[in-house]
Amino acid sequence: MPDAADQPDDYPSAYASPRAAALGGLRDACAAPALVLGASYVGFGSLVRESGLGLAWGLGSTVGAWALPGQIVALEMVMVGGSLAALFLAVAATNFRLLPMTVSLVPMLRAPGRPSWIYYLAAHLIAVTGWAMAMLRCPGLPPDQRLPYFAAASGSLWVASLSGTLLGFLAAGSVPHVVSLALLFLNPLYFLLVFLGDLRQRWRPIALAIGFVMGPLLHLAMPSWGLVVTGLVGGSAAFALDRSLTALRGRR
Amino acid sequence: MTAGDLPWIALALGIVATYFWRGLGVALARRIKAEGALIDWVGCVAYALLAGLIARMIILPVGPIAEIPLSERGIAVACGIAAYFLARKNILVGVLVGTAAIAVMVSL
Repeated sequence: MPDAADQPDDYPSAYASPRAAALGGLRDACAAPALVLGASYVGFGSLVRESGLGLAWGLGSTVGAWALPGQIVALEMVMVGGSLAALFLAVAATNFRLLPMTVSLVPMLRAPGRPSWIYYLAAHLIAVTGWAMAMLRCPGLPPDQRLPYFAAASGSLWVASLSGTLLGFLAAGSVPHVVSLALLFLNPLYFLLVFLGDLRQRWRPIALAIGFVMGPLLHLAMPSWGLVVTGLVGGSAAFALDRSLTALRGRR
Repeated sequence: MTAGDLPWIALALGIVATYFWRGLGVALARRIKAEGALIDWVGCVAYALLAGLIARMIILPVGPIAEIPLSERGIAVACGIAAYFLARKNILVGVLVGTAAIAVMVSL
């Protein structure tokens, strides 16, 4: 993600110890990344409040799921009264991206002598911001410093997300209506900008454009399944289009 | 099961549907390549779905955002995107300007 990736390249290539790597991860996270993510969770917290769900629901969602798009999908589907099967599929489809992210990050975090359950635990901390920071920094670190760096960076982001959820929930009830409206608007805007930030691969803008058009239309046509169908049909169309463009270029 | 349990069942399902991919990712990490047609397709589906969600939240919002006229939502998004690129892709600046635009338009 660009807010992490755009930082200057004056990092040390390695830390003195795994502990120093963890402190480094903490420091890197507690700048812009924690602020942006915390703020977007303020939006989530106020959304939870406005939806009439309790604080425990909001905190449980941030502790247990910690992948904001899926959390919002779940919340919105509770609100529109979609079926639980549709909710499960929509959240699973929204978070499908975590699979390739995990597959690409975990081999990098491995170091000899660690039990494998550690990686199952660390995987819970894989979400866009921390993942992007680790993908940027870890290749330059010795293997035994990578997991401490990632866990500390992503763990700090997790704490920032929890604090944001709490703050947003409390703020939604006590700040002027106009502020809570602005906070609610924060989430779609944040994700829009995250996606606009990295369009280097051609399939990304194609998939985004198709999804952007199909999403609202299919929501009108079939409120509970519109999102899943948008992903599967729109994504497959984008994939096919990208492949045909590649094939077309190869033929010339 | 009562109607009051429903949000909690939804929460539990959401947590399972999220960790599932992370756990599976660790299990598969040694076996599948991070690049290839399958992963590309997966990425396309995730991106299209998320774009659909973002568009729906902006164009057909559920809840209080619906009070804000569509034209004002559009202007706020445009302000956010413009600020984001003017500030050399700074997400914080883009988000702050976009949400400030909403606050200003609602207050006027």
